[in-house]
Amino acid sequence: MQVSQERYGDALVLTPVGRIDNSSTDGLRAELQAHLANCRDGGDRLVLDFSKVDYISSVGLRILMLAAKQVREQGGSIVIAALQPVVQEIFEISRFKLMFQCFGTVREALAKLSATALAAYDSARGA
Amino acid sequence: MPLWVTFWGTRGSIPVSLDCASVRDKLADAIVAASGKGLDTQEKARAWVDTELDFAVSHTFGGNSACVQLDAGDGEYVLCDLGSGVRAFGNHVFRRDGPAKRNVFHVFQSHLHWDHIMGFPFFGPAYVPGNRIRIYGCHPNLEEALRRQQDPPSFPVPFDSLAASIEFVTLQPGRSYDIAGWSVTARLQNHSGDSYGYRFVRDDRIIVYSTDSEHRLDVPDEVEGAATFFADADLVIFDAMYSLADAVSVKEDWGHSSNVVAVELCQLANAKHLVLFHHEPANDDEDIARIWQETLRYEEISRTGQALRVSAAYDGLEIEL
Repeated sequence: MQVSQERYGDALVLTPVGRIDNSSTDGLRAELQAHLANCRDGGDRLVLDFSKVDYISSVGLRILMLAAKQVREQGGSIVIAALQPVVQEIFEISRFKLMFQCFGTVREALAKLSATALAAYDSARGA
Repeated sequence: MPLWVTFWGTRGSIPVSLDCASVRDKLADAIVAASGKGLDTQEKARAWVDTELDFAVSHTFGGNSACVQLDAGDGEYVLCDLGSGVRAFGNHVFRRDGPAKRNVFHVFQSHLHWDHIMGFPFFGPAYVPGNRIRIYGCHPNLEEALRRQQDPPSFPVPFDSLAASIEFVTLQPGRSYDIAGWSVTARLQNHSGDSYGYRFVRDDRIIVYSTDSEHRLDVPDEVEGAATFFADADLVIFDAMYSLADAVSVKEDWGHSSNVVAVELCQLANAKHLVLFHHEPANDDEDIARIWQETLRYEEISRTGQALRVSAAYDGLEIEL
């Protein structure tokens, strides 16, 4: 699956694209795995930008859960931003909304995680 | 010929009764909802309750622990599990058949945890000479589990005092058996101490009873095996005890599944009707009704082929196939 990445200061924003189902979860898992080790206390903050995800299945949600578990054990932060309406419904139905911090936009997520990251994000957008 | 499935017990882990405060709340909700409706006769009130009152107010999901009846109308009774619901089933048999008729009962045990056997000491027909009860299962200690719960000091009537003829039959998973007019196949499931699902086929209709099973859709072999077992089923009775978030985190390896996995697996298997079963005892009627509505919505969201009908089991639910 296609996952783009952008760095803003000490935060990394990963943006998966399309459906996250049984056919695409290996790609998501691999992309996440490449960044999870650095997502620790004093390391990268991780934002998953879901603005381009239009569906996520139980297998995809489980991958998110495992990633969150690893990050929390390392003392790091992982949050989700910009859930589209259908995926937001899935997060509510599955009760994943209770397991993750979800923000309306990437900017709101960065504002919560790191002043440095927010400044870098605003600077990149000429704010 | 129609086949009927009747749910006598639908709750997971332990029976749950509707308490006084809950009845009071339901009454208050119903009275408020009925105001101005002109319901001045029993007939009008019943019709309104059946068609317009919110399901979580007009009903209770119950209730008793697992017991499901498959009825082909041919005189021999077929059941899945001996949870506390089998007591109500036994009373139904007495009412329907009267005291003189002798019956044959075929019981398929998913496993031997207490909530799935606890009803047997209260199963009236077991005390009637001339009745025959054949209990099928894949666990080698099937008979021991049923006998042990009636040993002192747990119960006053020892198993050997039961007057009916009781036989235990060990089945091999993966092998098809012809029993009471049904073709029956068991499948090993992921649950503490093992559990077994059953696929029943009769007159081109397929019923799958899959409770107390943790289905892992991230394990390809498990997905393929379960989808094959559920394939083209007219009815899948499925353990949807937990939310997906709980099932893959704090309650992982607890041996139960979720409504989300239920829908995905049934869609993959091209099943027609999913029944959410083995309800979490911590959930009240409003919780279960909400989970049911959410499951209907998830089925819409995730649908790629034919629509899957979704029901939430309650004690007394009857489904015709």
